[in-house]
Amino acid sequence: MPSDGKIGGKSDGTLGGRSDGTLGGRSDGGKAGEILRLDNVSASYRGLKALQGVSLAVEAGEIVAVVGANGAGKSTLLRTIAGQVAMEGTVMFDGQSLARVPPHQVTRRGVGLVPEGRRLFPRLSVEDNLRLGAYTRRGPDRFAPLAQVFELFPRLGERLSQRAETLSGGEQQMLAIGRALMTQPRLLMLDEPSQGIAPKLVDDILAAVGRIRDLGVTILLVEQRLAESLELANRAYVLQTGRVVMSGPAADIARDDGVRRAYLGL
Amino acid sequence: MTNAITRRRRLELVVGAVVLAILAVLPLPIRDVYTQNLIILTILYAGLAQAWNILGGYCGQISLGHGLYFGIGAYVSTMLFVDAGISPLLGMFAAGAIASLVALLVGWPCFRLSGHYYAIATVVVGEIGHLLFLNWDFVGAATGLYVPFHGQSWMNLQFRTSKLPFHYLALVFAAATWIVAWVLEGSRWGYSWRAMRDDVIAARSLAVRVFPSKMAASAISGFFTGLGGAIFAQYVGYIDPDSVMAANISILIALPAVLGGVGTLWGPLIGAAILIPTSELTRSYLGGAGGVDLMIYGALIVGVALLRPAGLVSLLGARR
Amino acid sequence: MSAISIDTVLQVALSGLLMGLIYALVAAGLSLIFGLMDVVNFAHGELLMLAMYATFFLNLWFGLDPLILLPVVAAIMFALGVAIYRGLISRALGVQFNRGMVQIFVTFGLAIFIRGAAQLAFGGDFRSVGTSWLANRTADLHGIYVPLPQLAASAVCLVAFAGLFALGRTEFGRALQATREDRDAVALIGIDRDRIFAIGWGLGAAAVGVAGTMLVGFYYVSPNVGANFALIAYVTVALGGFGNLMGALVAGILIGEVEAVTAQVLEPSLKQVGMFAIYLVVLMVRPRGLFGKL
Repeated sequence: MPSDGKIGGKSDGTLGGRSDGTLGGRSDGGKAGEILRLDNVSASYRGLKALQGVSLAVEAGEIVAVVGANGAGKSTLLRTIAGQVAMEGTVMFDGQSLARVPPHQVTRRGVGLVPEGRRLFPRLSVEDNLRLGAYTRRGPDRFAPLAQVFELFPRLGERLSQRAETLSGGEQQMLAIGRALMTQPRLLMLDEPSQGIAPKLVDDILAAVGRIRDLGVTILLVEQRLAESLELANRAYVLQTGRVVMSGPAADIARDDGVRRAYLGL
Repeated sequence: MTNAITRRRRLELVVGAVVLAILAVLPLPIRDVYTQNLIILTILYAGLAQAWNILGGYCGQISLGHGLYFGIGAYVSTMLFVDAGISPLLGMFAAGAIASLVALLVGWPCFRLSGHYYAIATVVVGEIGHLLFLNWDFVGAATGLYVPFHGQSWMNLQFRTSKLPFHYLALVFAAATWIVAWVLEGSRWGYSWRAMRDDVIAARSLAVRVFPSKMAASAISGFFTGLGGAIFAQYVGYIDPDSVMAANISILIALPAVLGGVGTLWGPLIGAAILIPTSELTRSYLGGAGGVDLMIYGALIVGVALLRPAGLVSLLGARR
Repeated sequence: MSAISIDTVLQVALSGLLMGLIYALVAAGLSLIFGLMDVVNFAHGELLMLAMYATFFLNLWFGLDPLILLPVVAAIMFALGVAIYRGLISRALGVQFNRGMVQIFVTFGLAIFIRGAAQLAFGGDFRSVGTSWLANRTADLHGIYVPLPQLAASAVCLVAFAGLFALGRTEFGRALQATREDRDAVALIGIDRDRIFAIGWGLGAAAVGVAGTMLVGFYYVSPNVGANFALIAYVTVALGGFGNLMGALVAGILIGEVEAVTAQVLEPSLKQVGMFAIYLVVLMVRPRGLFGKL
């Protein structure tokens, strides 16, 4: 239903049209219709055909996991949607084409990306990193998601004046997610959020991903940890050498021996 | 692989010989002094740009201070000739040697700097030399030095009735720089430089001794730049700090290589063949219109840099 | 040789400071652009020259004092900076091969072009502003004489610096800083880096424009005036550390002082040798300048 026709909640500074300026507004958790659709998308990255005819759809309010071995094209998929990679085919977000939309406009339309390596601004403080997330938002409620970010990640609230580069890996990941949430995305794409993070924080971060979905933000998740991500996700797509080889409810994928073999090499 | 490289390098030698032969007969039918002068300057700058290319191109150290070595070469041979009566034919090698020494002295501290810091340091070093020479009475200060006419001969390297000797002198100079660049391209140093230019850390891990190989490039580059300065001084018969050492000389030396194609054998030649005539012709024909010549020259530089970032040499097809 | 009086010392120190502040502001514009996108603008001196001509002609036509023209010239220069970025630099950034050299020679070619255009349009004459409130007036500070145009110029430079520092603390300043730290990542927060870069060029050109406007009150303008100031600006920026505003301020003052002292102790024609020597010595100790990150 992106039927309110608002892009990025820009008219009132919210995600789902709620006027209190907080994240979400779709806490009913789905059934709002399709928010993202890729049709026959191909893309090359560094001279390699990284995606070949990928089609997928994401319903508003769900978590969709994209799994596959290293080099299957998962990161390229997210980068393609984010407008960072030249591509062929169609990408529709909220009923509008994202083809040839520059990356910063994709963000403004409501697609957030937490990239590989997090790409924080290392010498800026935690607070500045977060506030910059709302840089292109206007209106009195632009910083409203801060409250929810601190609720999700209380540690960030304790480290507001620290430089981002001084945070631990897990805290940096929290900050990267928090910064993306500050742009008030309706679709949040996460690239390997558990990578390079102390094991005890991985659960925290994946739990937070679930809570972000509950706030009404649709999530497209690329994650190496097969079991955990499939447990979290509603549906999943399996990528192999740039093609979708299987898709369906996450629980079914998790049980499929073929996937386990292809993906884990069992 | 090795065969392909050897074959390509042999082909380069053949093409080089053909170019040399053409340039050797080129001036014979030309009677017009202006054109003769233009060709001599073009060949001289092709040689200077190739000398710059050894450090700036192959080794990747963008020096904007080569005017210093050029000027020192010009002054050394001139003063040896004027004050000690030493033939410029010998003096120019002393000029090259001293310029080379100065290049080492400049390189020793400056190679610690990277990127823009290095480029600007070389500008500053060149400008210090320029200012010191402007104020140094021993070398004639701002007045400069005249090369007195001692009679037309190869010993004196002075010719009045014909420009042909200078044409061949410049040609031998440019050919020498080209051959040296060709040899270096296939040498250990050549490989070290390319490795360093692309990735210093990776080069170090391949046991490339970064600092010594930069110094080697600097010494060779400085030597030939000084040699060129000596030839230039004999050719024009008058030098002063503004005409042989100012910052724009440094640019003039670097520019043909950059626009022709840095780190390539033919780039400096092609760059000089386009730039020097453009600069001289626009100055002669449009200089009166005050500034139009500079506008064309500047636009040419911008245009080539943006449209042909790999240099004009890339128009010839896949070189490198 | 007579003993150097305390008045001479103060006079030299003050004139060094006044000139140094102008060097600092010229350098600040260069440093801002470099810090933001790693591009050294070799046409920076020509921007200074254009600002001086703009002030000269606006003063000639409208009889307005350079102080009043300040915002006008700054706005013109801002627009010019944006235009240079959009027209040339953004293309140079997109080049895949040889990027460092392309950037150097695009701005260098632009410098030659602008110099030629200035010669064509304005001729080679040296010109100076005719009507100004401050012209030929001198302040007497207990026996130390300060020409008012210089005093006003350095005051304006200080104000401009204060403005630049204040800008750094605004939200836009944070966005600038974010862009210089990771120019690709700012798209993730919806920032168009091209727009930030363009504004950065505008601000850099406006800074040098302010310096030029004040400079023309006591310095002749000609098509070649930029070269000398540009060289000093490069030295200042490298001395202070590329991209560091405080570095530009400190290094500019230092260079102004060294120049004044050298001119006094040695001779005026050697005044730049002193500053260049200091620069080389500092770079040997700190290869990335006084305030540069190692």
